[in-house]
Amino acid sequence: MKRQKKEGLIRSFFFIIAFMSIAVLLLILFFLVKAGVPIFEKVSVGEFVFGTYWYPTASPPDFGILPLILASVFVTLCSAVLAVPLGVMTAIYLAEIASPRLKEIAKPAVELLASLPSVVIGFFGMVVVAPFLQETFDLATGLNLFNASLMLAFMSVPTICTISEDAISSVPRELKEASLALGANRIESIFRVIVPASISGISTGVILGMARAIGETMVVLMVAGGAAMIPGSLFDPVRPMPASIAAEMAEAPFQSAHYHALFAIGMILFVFNLLFNSIADYISHKHRQVGAATL
Amino acid sequence: MKGKILIYLMAVSMAFAGLFFSPAMAEKLEIKGSTTVLPVAQQAVEKFMDAYPDVQISISGGGSGNGIKAIIDGTTDIAMASRFIKQEEVARAVENGTYPVPFAIALDCIVPVVHPSNPVKDLSLAQLKNIYQGKIKNWSEVGGEDRRIVVVSRDTSSGTYEVWEEKVLEGGRVFPGAMLQASNGAVVQAVSNNKNAVGYIGLSYINKDVKPTTVNGVEASLDTAAAFPVSRSLFMFTRGWPQGVTLKFMNYMQHPDKGQKIVADVGYVPMY
Repeated sequence: MKRQKKEGLIRSFFFIIAFMSIAVLLLILFFLVKAGVPIFEKVSVGEFVFGTYWYPTASPPDFGILPLILASVFVTLCSAVLAVPLGVMTAIYLAEIASPRLKEIAKPAVELLASLPSVVIGFFGMVVVAPFLQETFDLATGLNLFNASLMLAFMSVPTICTISEDAISSVPRELKEASLALGANRIESIFRVIVPASISGISTGVILGMARAIGETMVVLMVAGGAAMIPGSLFDPVRPMPASIAAEMAEAPFQSAHYHALFAIGMILFVFNLLFNSIADYISHKHRQVGAATL
Repeated sequence: MKGKILIYLMAVSMAFAGLFFSPAMAEKLEIKGSTTVLPVAQQAVEKFMDAYPDVQISISGGGSGNGIKAIIDGTTDIAMASRFIKQEEVARAVENGTYPVPFAIALDCIVPVVHPSNPVKDLSLAQLKNIYQGKIKNWSEVGGEDRRIVVVSRDTSSGTYEVWEEKVLEGGRVFPGAMLQASNGAVVQAVSNNKNAVGYIGLSYINKDVKPTTVNGVEASLDTAAAFPVSRSLFMFTRGWPQGVTLKFMNYMQHPDKGQKIVADVGYVPMY
């Protein structure tokens, strides 16, 4: 009896703990929606999402966030183009090719990159990379889409690399041994056997890395340039969604249309992140490598 | 960014100092709002607490909008603002049973700045308007070198931007290609790193990294502020007519030898 009671207590204790974080999530979501939805009394959802002018304080104001959405999407895609090869190749090298001693040093070093505060990366982009880009390519400004993508790539490489490396390392030894035994050389085994076997883990890493890039605020606020226009080239300044929220929230009059619009942008951002996480979750469950046949 | 961190540190250390050193019966005062007014208020608070050791003041930034929001919600005694209060904000304050009273504490010029290597010395209001609306795209059109103009502006919700919109753009809009920066410091940073850039900042933020231009031939300085075409007042708002320690502080702030002297030290133009 006593033991059962104790067990019941422990069970409800953990239930409450687990429920608390879900409750916090739901509460935040509730307030986000509550503060964001009133904007749609002023403009329709279509006008909001597909409008091309963002002039929240003009009179009459324009609340079109298409330039902001496209900025976020382009910045994220470009950073993925830079970060995915870098992250995945590093992971393959660390898991399959590097000597154990080198791996012991190199892996924590890559992970250390993740612990750099984003404001430091932003500062680096602003003070070092921007003038360099401007001089080298004779651009109008060094604070642009490309610079932001580069800085975000630095931030998503550790995520992509760490998760991919774990996935590659957990490919059963037998698969690799079988491949080598059949006469495949090392490169063939890596690209034909090991990478396909760990593709779900690698994809999860890539998507989580991209999720990190799209939600990142400080870096894009500092180096993306902040022009709310649809970019015409890789070197145009842009204004991604998180940068808009961070820059404007402090000065937006409480409960004004602008204030609601910023929360509505937050909702859109939430939808994007939810989408990324769901895809990552789906892939990691769907294409899981299930065991290996051995004698 | 650096400024913000410093302000937080100061606020935190002040809170601690207050905890440890204040007598039990200390009077309390909260000040919140515009980061443009903050440097003045910061120094005034330090001097004021020297003069009245039993008053405990906490001060923080956050922006004009947040300061006025705090007045509406009743979470602060004094709000700093780099713009006048809006009609909808007054209405909401009255709904909450309070009437915000404005005090102008200083005058500020908003000065166009360019890269130090840029030969352009003067920009007329009309030229500035066309530059910020994207109609003038090259420095050669305003007497400079043959380079593209990179337009740097403040976020459309900042108090500084609102003054610029009213006085320079005459209610028009900045074209979408302008790079919007979140603070005066960020504008200085962006302009000092870019030979093609033009931006605008408060008088007290001018330093050797950027070159201020004259506007319609008028130079921006403490003495010429009244004649300078782009100027604004800086405000503090109280909840209703100030009383007690709030009144004492507002008196201190407006005193020509005390608060107003600090205003001049920081680089704004005193009112009295």
